[in-house]
Amino acid sequence: MNESVVSTPPGGRLVNLDLVRWHLGGSAVFLAISIVGGLAYSFQFHNLYPFEGVELLSPGRVRMVHTNMAAYGFIANAFIAGMLFAIPRLTRQPILSDKLGWFIFWAWQACMTLTILGLLGGYAQAIEWGETPIFVDPLILVGLVLLVVNLSVPIFKSAETGLYVSLWYFLAAFGWTGLVYFMGNYLPQFWVPGAAGAAITGLFIHDLVGLFVTPIGWGLMYFFVPLLLRKPIWSHALSLIGFWGIAFFYPMQGVHHFLFSPIPMYAQYGAVVATIAIEAVVLTVLVNFFGTLHGRSDAMRGNLAIRWFYTGMVMYGLTCLQCAFQVTLTFQKIIHFTDWVVGHAHMVMFGVFGFWIFGMFVELWPRAVGRAWVHPRLLSAHYWLTFSGLALMIIDLTAAGLVQGYLWANLAPWAESLDASAPFWWVRSLAGLVIISGQALFLWELWATARGPAAATEFVPVGEVA
Amino acid sequence: MERFGASFLIAGVLTFLLGFFLQGVMPILTLRDVPIETLEEIAKTPTADFVQLSVDYSAEFERDFGEVSPQSFAEALDLGRDLYIAEACWHCHSQFVRPISNEDIRFGAVSTAEEYQNEMFLPHLFGTRRIGPDLIREAGKHSNDWQMAHLYDPRSVAPYSIMPAYVWYFDDYQRPLREALALVAYVQWLGSWETK
Repeated sequence: MNESVVSTPPGGRLVNLDLVRWHLGGSAVFLAISIVGGLAYSFQFHNLYPFEGVELLSPGRVRMVHTNMAAYGFIANAFIAGMLFAIPRLTRQPILSDKLGWFIFWAWQACMTLTILGLLGGYAQAIEWGETPIFVDPLILVGLVLLVVNLSVPIFKSAETGLYVSLWYFLAAFGWTGLVYFMGNYLPQFWVPGAAGAAITGLFIHDLVGLFVTPIGWGLMYFFVPLLLRKPIWSHALSLIGFWGIAFFYPMQGVHHFLFSPIPMYAQYGAVVATIAIEAVVLTVLVNFFGTLHGRSDAMRGNLAIRWFYTGMVMYGLTCLQCAFQVTLTFQKIIHFTDWVVGHAHMVMFGVFGFWIFGMFVELWPRAVGRAWVHPRLLSAHYWLTFSGLALMIIDLTAAGLVQGYLWANLAPWAESLDASAPFWWVRSLAGLVIISGQALFLWELWATARGPAAATEFVPVGEVA
Repeated sequence: MERFGASFLIAGVLTFLLGFFLQGVMPILTLRDVPIETLEEIAKTPTADFVQLSVDYSAEFERDFGEVSPQSFAEALDLGRDLYIAEACWHCHSQFVRPISNEDIRFGAVSTAEEYQNEMFLPHLFGTRRIGPDLIREAGKHSNDWQMAHLYDPRSVAPYSIMPAYVWYFDDYQRPLREALALVAYVQWLGSWETK
């Protein structure tokens, strides 16, 4: 990417920074709700749930708030903010309509609020990662279509010259997301029961990560990393291979969430093969990014956003490597149904995409509020608390999963597997406390910066933050 | 390959359709000859556990469901399944037995696809996590009284349990409300079709 593509043209506001700011703010609010829910839920495992006996805060319902707000409140809001920033700068075209942008913003937050109320009120839908109540689903679908229109128009207008890699990912995600959402929330709910329905919800679980979160996340990385490192991406050819490989293999893996289930076995074998294949593709993407970092690795120390991004990429590499093994039938015998999977999910959703979002916050929040970070040291503490807490949680849950899996396979009494899990669950709650204390610092710093003295200069370059 | 149409239509739409066909449509085609039973067909013969429920909690049963009949059984199953979803029971209890890791010894017969070809599994409740045991072979493993006590206070019958207590499905005298009856009827139905 050359400099001229990413610099704002003189005169004329290209990026609607107000919209970016509000979406980032929404993301932070739902992050807080999600992690408080997660922590509260983890205390059910010690029979110390703080809201015991309260129907509307029943642990099962709170768990769904935790996962759905992580995906649709925290991640989706931040990704929309990132795209609202990146797409106009890559295309030199403003979004279709600011008014539509505001409508989508408020509609999205309304959907999230309705989702929380619906889940707590007992109107959940039994679709994993799609528990949003049935009456919210059409609203979210309409919101997605409007968002796609609003963000596609600038790309379409500039399309005649050939598009930058970030925009390929965004466009593919625009095609995927609505289709995936419709498929997952409607087919197994109304038309396809049992094993065939399970195949489709498996697709939905996986596509939500693979076809919504992953492409937008990588698209944003292809935008922000060269921008912050001030150098072009290492290899155009690898970008192409990575994109088309992901596009081809990701949509055919969903059934690997239900291995050894009554779903026809050929579908299970196909999912396993496609999942192992994508590991090779992911490696090309990672090589490309670490090739880009080559010669500028000092940025890992000096630039907090880059540090978040690349920590997330290392986690991504580990997750995908883990995937290639855990998806085999051999591993599935032991680890399926255990805490191993929970650790894996936290590594992907928080360790990769959450970390990328925090890196984006470091870069975008000062621009969006027009102020420099007030306490950059707090941001550094946020990084270390989040990273160490999450690392502890992942190692702990992975180990717990192995213990549970072997005890089950060995026909130990169920009570024994609970006894054996208890210390792991305490470590998990402790890790959650470490993570949540980091987020408290982060949220406080967001607030303090937004309320702080207006910066004399436009904004402070991020390189000086850490 | 770097244009709007290629990214949106080929990468975005076409690959999705290919994956959807291979992983979603083909299983539907494989199972197309197994008829999908309606709730009414399933509830035609109320299970022994349901009949027993009308004896164990006769006053409450009469108040909430009247008599044992295909209609009242269908009503109870439907409500029980909805509550099972509302409380996200399926996030901690799976509903299929795998042919490995001694699961058939622990839980019962290995699950087959035709067992799930009915409206009660719309949506299916396979689950992906076992914090508690699998429930697809639960019918008849415990008495209705055990299930009821377990729902009200899991630790009273399973001291090691970490399941939440669902006290809001009981009245002030710890007698089951309509919801508790329906949940127990549903859980006792799971696997009742299996000859033991």
